[in-house]
Amino acid sequence: MTIPLIQFIDVSKSFGASPVLKGLNLSIYTGEIIVVIGKSGTGKSVLLKHIIGLVQQDSGQILIEGKPLSQLSAVDRKSFYRKLSYMFQDNALFDFMSIYDNIALPLMEDSIFPKHQVKKKVLERMEQLGLIGIEEKFPAQLSGGMRKRVALARALVIDPKIVLFDEPTTGLDPVRKKKVHSMIQEYQKKFEFTAVIVSHDIPEIFNVAQRIAMLDEGTIKFEGSKKDILDSHSKILNDFIEGKDV
Amino acid sequence: MLIKSIEKFGKKILSLLESMGRAILFFLTGMMHIFTLPVQFAKIIDQTWFIGSKSIFVIILTGLFTGMVLGLQGYYSLVKVGSEAALGAAVALTLISELGPVFTAIMVTARAGSSMAAEIGIMRISEQIDALKTMHINPVRFLFSPRIIAAVISFPLLTALFDVVGIIGGFISGSIMLGINQHVYMDTVIQSIKIHDINLGFYKAFAFAVVTTTICCYRGYYTHLYSGFGARGVSLSTTNAVVQSCISIFVFDYIITFFWI
Repeated sequence: MTIPLIQFIDVSKSFGASPVLKGLNLSIYTGEIIVVIGKSGTGKSVLLKHIIGLVQQDSGQILIEGKPLSQLSAVDRKSFYRKLSYMFQDNALFDFMSIYDNIALPLMEDSIFPKHQVKKKVLERMEQLGLIGIEEKFPAQLSGGMRKRVALARALVIDPKIVLFDEPTTGLDPVRKKKVHSMIQEYQKKFEFTAVIVSHDIPEIFNVAQRIAMLDEGTIKFEGSKKDILDSHSKILNDFIEGKDV
Repeated sequence: MLIKSIEKFGKKILSLLESMGRAILFFLTGMMHIFTLPVQFAKIIDQTWFIGSKSIFVIILTGLFTGMVLGLQGYYSLVKVGSEAALGAAVALTLISELGPVFTAIMVTARAGSSMAAEIGIMRISEQIDALKTMHINPVRFLFSPRIIAAVISFPLLTALFDVVGIIGGFISGSIMLGINQHVYMDTVIQSIKIHDINLGFYKAFAFAVVTTTICCYRGYYTHLYSGFGARGVSLSTTNAVVQSCISIFVFDYIITFFWI
């Protein structure tokens, strides 16, 4: 049996008196694209933030290749986090930095790579994402679609093994949405990373997903492939996909 | 009723202690990372330019008028006791040990401190601080440490500038406008200033740099905890940062003067 790369076991999380995750169970496997869908405010972003360590669970366990994250040594935990990249919903680009510096930041601060190598890597990613020529510009000078691509370039510049996408197409028109989706698919194939995507783009995102999980009221209510979704008789799932208010 | 009041009071004390602990940790983390490699030269230079160089005009303007007012007020007070010749000494000593460091700190807080709190606050609410964490960059090291070094470099230099321009302002109103002998004015300035007074001014400037930068960066960094998310949260953090910094300047001014004298 394949050991999941990341596994949530009965994970619960509350903010003050409001519970967000209530005994959530979910497995994420190496090299797959898993999409998490669900209504706004059901804790999809909180789930991603648990993986990257921005939020700690109140109870339950998160296993990394079968080992509890909380019991990993500092070195192992650091090495796991170094494999991760996070693409924020609103990009979270640094306004006071040029596009080049924004993309180079994770490499520059790491000080592992010499300057010429950083430049080579950054320009390579910029070229792959069609960003050449805007190195000296600032995020505020770019369109929404361009900013998304810059955020994607920053997420991919460290050659991550796992990329977490928090609603990567928010605020984009249908054409740009399609472009971002194919970009994710293309780069996932190219760089063979594991992708966890939180999205509301239904049904378009089903074409990107290899597996889909639906989060509702703090737990995973459905898990399966695109075919499983289409064949499913789950009322919650079907109502959500059809946009019915329940 | 009584138990509820005690409970409420207790909660307030606990929350105060919690935020004090958080502020101390924030300060110590920032200070510790000043010494971690690689040294953030580019950021330090950038912040020194922002805090120091960009404040020069404001400091010259306020220093000049403060000195002129001191010259004017000092002259009319001293002339009553026939000691107008001591105007240079009065202006210089007041500026170097007291008004120079205090006014400089207030002006720099108003200009650069408020901007630090707002910038870091916006970074917090737009998830840029979270983004730093996901890139394994320590946000306190990245945002606070270069600013505190820049402030420690800039505040004493700006204070010195304020003092010099202030003495010139006193000279303009005392000698040029009110007719005190120019040589007497300059002579009493030179004779009255002792290294002890200059040190006091610089120690104050140094302390104000550390205190105001810490408060402004801390307020911005924890915008979400104290003032909430959104534009209103950032505006509240900025206001609180400036008000608390100004109060701290006066409190520390008293404490340092008390122990120095």
